[in-house]
Amino acid sequence: MRFDYHTRYRDSFKLFSHASERLLYGALIGALLLLPLVGSAFVLGELAYVFILCIASLGLMLLTGFTGQVSLGHAAFVAIGAYAHAWLMSKGAPMLVSIPLAGLITGFAGLLLGLPAIRVSGLYLAMVSMAFAIIVEQLIGQWSSVTGGFTGMAVEPARIGNWSLSSPAAFYYLCLLVLLAVFFALLNLLRSAIGRAFMGVRDSEAAAYSLGIHVQAVKISAFALSAGVTGIAGALIAHHLQYLTPDGFTLLLSLELVLMVVIGGLGSLRGALLGAVLISMLPLAISRIKPLLPGQMATQFGLEIFIFGLTLALFVLFEPNGLNGRWLKLRALLQSFPLYRRDTFKRQKRYMKSERYR
Amino acid sequence: MSDSVQVFGQLTANGITVGAIYALVALGVVLIYKATEVLNFAHGDLLVIAAFSAWGLITVLGLPFWLALLLTVVFTAAIAYALDAWVIRRIAGQPQFAGVMLTIALAFMIRGLVSMAFGPESRNYATPWSNSTTNIAGLQIADLQLVILGMAMAVTVVLYFFFRHTRLGIAMQAASQNQLAAYLNGVRVKQVNSLVWALAGAIAALAGVLLAPITLVDTTLWLVTLKALAALVLGGFGSIPGAIVGGLLIGLVEQYAGVYMPEGTKDIVAYLVLIGVLIFRPHGLLGEAHGRRV
Repeated sequence: MRFDYHTRYRDSFKLFSHASERLLYGALIGALLLLPLVGSAFVLGELAYVFILCIASLGLMLLTGFTGQVSLGHAAFVAIGAYAHAWLMSKGAPMLVSIPLAGLITGFAGLLLGLPAIRVSGLYLAMVSMAFAIIVEQLIGQWSSVTGGFTGMAVEPARIGNWSLSSPAAFYYLCLLVLLAVFFALLNLLRSAIGRAFMGVRDSEAAAYSLGIHVQAVKISAFALSAGVTGIAGALIAHHLQYLTPDGFTLLLSLELVLMVVIGGLGSLRGALLGAVLISMLPLAISRIKPLLPGQMATQFGLEIFIFGLTLALFVLFEPNGLNGRWLKLRALLQSFPLYRRDTFKRQKRYMKSERYR
Repeated sequence: MSDSVQVFGQLTANGITVGAIYALVALGVVLIYKATEVLNFAHGDLLVIAAFSAWGLITVLGLPFWLALLLTVVFTAAIAYALDAWVIRRIAGQPQFAGVMLTIALAFMIRGLVSMAFGPESRNYATPWSNSTTNIAGLQIADLQLVILGMAMAVTVVLYFFFRHTRLGIAMQAASQNQLAAYLNGVRVKQVNSLVWALAGAIAALAGVLLAPITLVDTTLWLVTLKALAALVLGGFGSIPGAIVGGLLIGLVEQYAGVYMPEGTKDIVAYLVLIGVLIFRPHGLLGEAHGRRV
């Protein structure tokens, strides 16, 4: 375990706390930038999809992990972003304008839901957002003049000016750049006053309120920001899917996003990325192990959902801090190698504290 | 009787019978929520388990309906008991969100296991009331729906007396109000909570066995939980009479929306009600209002 001695005020909110971190992240980004030189089109396509899910997962992490507001309906924001982008593109908007606009539109939708939804919290908010997602899915199906209804709509191929981005490598770079931009924007946001306000609201609304934080405004802005980021992911996913139908954005997608942030570890951006990578890689891994299984099990759709559930259950039961918590432990083990003490991370027993009346 | 009155009457009858199913499902969810503060997203999958085991007992083994019903209720209750005793109990004391996630995980696992074991095709089985209808004051009502309505009322009455007049029922109430105080008074809180799960499982089994012949035996049966949540919120979360009233109202609203409102409204009206109620009257129709504690 490394204990930091902060000698200046700014030390406690540096972007990278150690030179080694800067090196590590630099190396990772460099490797990702160079990957298209060696990776096959399949790998690049899959990775682009992973990056898109990372963006959506970051969006949900901002809301659930940092502001403490549970949403079981983020698929709605992915859908709004995707359809808004596809519609703008079909009206001739250039892609570089359309993606941020889709984010803005989705952010506005988040604001519309957030304004009333913020009156409730906890389980109730989870239910409101879930109901919202189901309603949005139906509305998209009914509003066929804009969205093509249940038959769906085709998405214009990605291009900037005359330069087509539809090749796997170009699309990979686009997704990577947007992911990096979103990631650093959120990192900086969370170091700023508003990010601290988010965390204050998460940890204790009453304490935050008494320190002069406008709790309602903070919650609503978190909702809108989170929706906006998720909407940008939606805009990119429109290009990945190339054809949008309402069944692409069901409750299952919402739950997958929640799975990502929970398995990744609530309250850490790194966790959001790790969770998104794990959850998007699981189906691939499952399709690899399927040939090894007995016939009837291997052909069924149920195996995938079972493994999703099992992974989630194991994390909730045994590692509530998620992959990020695992990573911190591993790092501590390596850094303090012979002197690692397991009890450093021991969970404290807590008595049942009722949240029923919140 | 004029046509529009006839339509309205038929809709009301349908709404009440559909609502009875929602009420039965909502009852199971609210029991668990009151006792353990876990919002059970896996409740619909208990219905799925019940429906598939009833199908196995009736169609494959050829048992008579009543025996199969009894066995299914016992079986599902045992599964629910085991779920609490082995899994859910471990997260007692953690935030509510952990309970939501864990029950979603269990729901995924159950759904995955069932579809791996039985495959994607839908099934059906016969009940003593299949294909017969009763004519009440000019309205055609399927007998099975009448049975469901009767079952919902019977369960309510039984639960009322159970919670008022038996030691176990009172122990359950005590444990749900204050676990520590109940424990100090000699209530075995952990076991009582598992028994509440078993009770909810039994109710889920009744709902599942009776609902499956209408909607087909299928893993999508769990979707009824979502409607039940709307019913719970409308009635006031955590209130048993509220669950019944909410279920009936949601059933009625859905039926009316199917005819009197634009196309497609029927599928989402329950969720519109859910959002509306939570925003304008968060404690529902019959729920208790509580102050906020710091």
